[in-house]
Amino acid sequence: MPNTDQTPIIQIKGLNKTFKSDASAVVALDDINIDIMHGEIFGVIGLSGAGKSTLVRCINLLERPTAGQVIFDGRDMTQLSAKELRRARQSIGMIFQGFNLLMQRNALDNICFPLELAGVSRKAAVKRAEELLETVGLSDKAKSYPSQLSGGQKQRIAIARALANNPKVLLCDEATSALDPTTTQSILALLKELNQKLGVTVVIITHEMKVIEQICSRVAIIAESRIVEMGMVEDVFRHPKTAAAKKLIYPMGQQVETFTGKGNFVRLVFNGDVTARPIVADMVLTCGAPVSIAFADTKEIDGMTYGQMILQMPDNPATYQRMLNYLDDEGIPYNEEGESYVQ
Amino acid sequence: MFSEQMILVTLQGLGESLYMTLLSTLVAYIIGLPLGLILVVTDKNGIHPNAPVNQILGAIINILRSVPFLILLVAIIPFTRLIAGTSIGSTATVVPLVIAAAPFVARVVEGSIKEVDRGVIEASLSMGASTMQVVRKVLVPEAMPSLLTGLALSLTTILSYSAMAGFVAGGGLGAIAINYGYYRKETDIMLLMVVILVIIVQVFQGIGNWIARRADKRIH
Ligand SMILES: Nc1ncnc2c1ncn2[C@@H]1O[C@H](COP(=O)(O)OP(=O)(O)OP(=O)(O)O)[C@@H](O)[C@H]1O
Ligand SMILES: [Mg+2]
Repeated sequence: MPNTDQTPIIQIKGLNKTFKSDASAVVALDDINIDIMHGEIFGVIGLSGAGKSTLVRCINLLERPTAGQVIFDGRDMTQLSAKELRRARQSIGMIFQGFNLLMQRNALDNICFPLELAGVSRKAAVKRAEELLETVGLSDKAKSYPSQLSGGQKQRIAIARALANNPKVLLCDEATSALDPTTTQSILALLKELNQKLGVTVVIITHEMKVIEQICSRVAIIAESRIVEMGMVEDVFRHPKTAAAKKLIYPMGQQVETFTGKGNFVRLVFNGDVTARPIVADMVLTCGAPVSIAFADTKEIDGMTYGQMILQMPDNPATYQRMLNYLDDEGIPYNEEGESYVQ
Repeated sequence: MFSEQMILVTLQGLGESLYMTLLSTLVAYIIGLPLGLILVVTDKNGIHPNAPVNQILGAIINILRSVPFLILLVAIIPFTRLIAGTSIGSTATVVPLVIAAAPFVARVVEGSIKEVDRGVIEASLSMGASTMQVVRKVLVPEAMPSLLTGLALSLTTILSYSAMAGFVAGGGLGAIAINYGYYRKETDIMLLMVVILVIIVQVFQGIGNWIARRADKRIH
C-alpha cells in the first residue's frame, strides 16, 4: 500500500444512528468506531440491512448521526455550519449503485456540475472535465447523454464527476453491485489505479467478498448495526472469529457438516494470487498419500484461481504435516478446520 | 352564417381568447412555479423540510382549487375592479383566471418536480450543493420535459376556463358562443366556436408534447 501513511483521514467515534418514527425507532448504527487512514482502500462489508449505507452516509452527513463524531481531515463534521459542511463535502467524492447522473446533461456537463457548484469558471470546468474524461477512458463520450451509455460507462462518468474537485476521499456505496462481473473488475481496477495515482483514500461499501478481496487493504464487517470484526483483509477473511463474519464469508454455510472420526478438514483459499494448476494432484504426488475433496468452489479468471476448496486430509499426523508444509511452500493460504467445516 | 361581420367577430374573439389564455398562463406560472417548488422543497422528505410553510401553503392551494371557477369569477368582482379598473372584458378576466390557475399550476409543477430521482438529488447534496443550487441546477432542469408537458396541460385548462368566463361577459370565443348560441339560438355559430376551441387545444397540446419530447435527453 504505497500511499498509506498511518494518520487517519476519517475518524468515526462512538457513532450512533437511530431512525425514529412516530411508532418505533430503528437503531441502524450502534457505537461504531473506525479510523480510516490516508491513502488506504478501506472496505465495509455486511448483509442487506446491516447499516452499510447509513454508515457511509453519516461520513458526509447526508445522514446526521444521532450521537458520536465523524472527524474528517481534523474537523468534526457534526459541528460544521451548513456552509462549512457544503465546502467539506466538496472534498469527499461519492459514487452510488444507481450512478445518479443528471439525465438531462451530457457526460461532459455532468462532470462540470460539481465544478459549477464550487464556482469554477465554465472554461476551467470544461478543461478539467476533459482531463477527467481522459482519466476514466471515455474522451469519446463527452457529448453522450447518460441514457446512451452502458452501466460501466455511467459509473466511469460518475467517478470522474466525484473526482472533479480533487477530493481527499472517495466514498463508494455498492458502486459495482449493478454491474456484470467483467465490468465490475474494470471499475475496481480503475478505483485502485486512482488510489495509487492520486493518493485518494477510498471507502468501499459492498456485500460482495470478492470486491473487498480484490482491492481493499483493510475491512470492517458490519452486522446488525455493529462492527463485529475489523483488520487486514487476509486476516479477517482467513480467520473469521465471529458467527456473523463466518456467515458472511461462507455464505452457503447455514448447516455445519460433521464427519465422524475420519481425518481433518483443511480449507484452501485462492485469492487469485496463484496460477491455475493442479495443486491438489501435485500435493498428493509429492506427499505420497491421497486426500479427498469434500467441497470445491473455484474458478479460473485470467489464468488465476479464485475461490475455495475443502480437503479431507490423511489421518497420519506426519503426512498431514507434510501436506501443510507443501501448502506453505506453495504460498497457498489455508485454514485448519478440524473435524467439521462449514460450506 | 359566414358574413364578413361574423368573420371579424370570430377573429376578434380568437385574439381575445389567446390573449387571455397566454397572459393568464404567464402570470399563473410566475406565481405557481415558485409555489410548486416550495411545496416540494419543504415537504417532509424534501431537501429543506418545513412543516408549517408546507401545510399552510398546501391548505391555501386546496381551498382555492375547490372553489368552482364561476363562483370565484363572481365573488372576486370587487377585487378584479380594483386591479384591472373594470370587471368586464378580456383584461379583467385575466384576474380571476390567474387566481384560479396559479394553484392549479403549483400542483402541476409539484407533480413534475417530484418525479426527479431522489438519488440524483442526494448526489448533488453529496457534492456540496446548496438548496438553491439543487432547485436551479437539478430540480428544474431534470424535470424540464415534464414541466413542459405540464405547461401544455395548464394552457389548455386555462383556455377552457377563459371560455367559461365568457358567461360573465369576459370576451373571447366563449362569450361569442354564449351570445349567439345560447341567447340567440344560433347553434351553428356556437358549434363553430367549440370547433375552434377544440383546434386550439389540439395545437397547444401537440406543440407542447413535441417540445417536451425534443427536450428530453432520456430517450434519444
Ligand atoms: N431513512 C430511514 N428511515 C428509517 N429507517 C431507515 C432509514 N434508512 C435506513 N433505515 C434502516 O436502517 C437499517 C440499515 O439500513 P441501510 O440502508 O444502512 O442498510 P444496508 O446495509 O445499506 O443494506 P443494503 O445492502 O440493502 O443496501 C435498516 O434496518 C433500514 O431499514
Ligand atoms: Mg445500502
